[in-house]
Amino acid sequence: MSIFEYNGSALVAMVGKNCFAIASDRRLGVQLQTIATDFRRIYKIHDKLYIGLSGLATDAQTLYQRLVFRHKLYQLREERDMKPETFASLVSALLYEKRFGPYFCQPVIAGLGDDNKPFICTMDSIGAKELAKDFVVAGTASESLYGACESMYKPDMEPEELFETISQALLASVDRDCLSGWGGHVLLVTPTEVQEKALKGRMD
Amino acid sequence: MGDSQYSFSLTTFSPSGKLVQIEHALMAVGAGQTSLGIKAANGVVIATEKKLPSILVDESSIQKIQLMTPNIGVVYSGMGPDSRVLVRKSRKQAQQYYRLYKEAIPVTQLVRETATVMQEFTQSGGVRPFGVSLLVAGFDDSGPQLYQVDPSGSYFSWKASAMGKNVSNAKTFLEKRYTEDMELDDAVHTAILTLKEGFEGQISGKNIEIGLIGTDRKFRVLSPAEIDDYLAEVE
Repeated sequence: MSIFEYNGSALVAMVGKNCFAIASDRRLGVQLQTIATDFRRIYKIHDKLYIGLSGLATDAQTLYQRLVFRHKLYQLREERDMKPETFASLVSALLYEKRFGPYFCQPVIAGLGDDNKPFICTMDSIGAKELAKDFVVAGTASESLYGACESMYKPDMEPEELFETISQALLASVDRDCLSGWGGHVLLVTPTEVQEKALKGRMD
Repeated sequence: MGDSQYSFSLTTFSPSGKLVQIEHALMAVGAGQTSLGIKAANGVVIATEKKLPSILVDESSIQKIQLMTPNIGVVYSGMGPDSRVLVRKSRKQAQQYYRLYKEAIPVTQLVRETATVMQEFTQSGGVRPFGVSLLVAGFDDSGPQLYQVDPSGSYFSWKASAMGKNVSNAKTFLEKRYTEDMELDDAVHTAILTLKEGFEGQISGKNIEIGLIGTDRKFRVLSPAEIDDYLAEVE
């Protein structure tokens, strides 16, 4: 069994019209045993930038701490927040530094740029970026997420519809995966506000 | 380390609170050839005189204005060899920034990195301060920018500045001529006129250098032919 599947995870980000949503499941397991049912994999970098870290939870937390550290230093030095594209390059560089002993994480990055243009991207555990216009997925439920997103996604959705779509895609996918589930967290980010919602699904 | 006894910093505070080595470095700059820079509404121009020790020197082999990144250029007054060290280190910093963020380094950040290097050379053992001041001209998301960096490691943002021989005359001239809404072409003319003020001998495309950057964000050094065209416009 792969170390990426040790804790189980499901992560997805979707782009709407001038907004984006990022969602994850809430389960933390050790193989088939569930340890926590309120686990968070989506972290805030600044008001309009979020990162989800799928894979090994311990590495995800360490990587998040390093990223926050780097971003805070950047904020102090340059007196501005990082653009999502810039942040993605930073994550990629930090991951590739550990090319031969990587963090066992697959990140999903979502943010709003300068002109509130949504940006989403994912990368593998050694930092190979994959940019997308529509949606990105990661985690043990990624295969079912691809299917769900491909059939449910429409371009230029308004925030309300985007929330509904990403939630249904997530809940449908985690039910087809033993290692992720127990509801979900959804973050809906528009230029003016951030809505955070906890989903209930099959809680077993 | 065996030589540690002799590798202490040469820049030591004098009882009056001055760092004499830095003052000497500033003297080296003050004795150097005149350089100046003007920030226009839509770009920046930097210029310098290029006096050669002998008429036998091939003037086309000397370039005093250099690029640090495609959108940042630099000119020095003072010791030429010292400036090369700074340019080399700055270019490396710019590339390291690009490698990390896949984004061109902002002018302020590169200037700060360069100034940091110059400061370190006022406090480290076994080294001396740089005998140069730099004028850094760049154009990024925050618009056109002109910075001066001194041997002490202090840096300032200027609308127009001069350094080297004739600083005070050149600065007075710039103060009279400078306007906020100046276009890049006007700025080039003003730069030439300012250089002309303190110039010994006949000014030509071969004994001055001009570098400029406009809204295309590409810094370029003018060829002697292009400078001659500007000189004809001025006259």
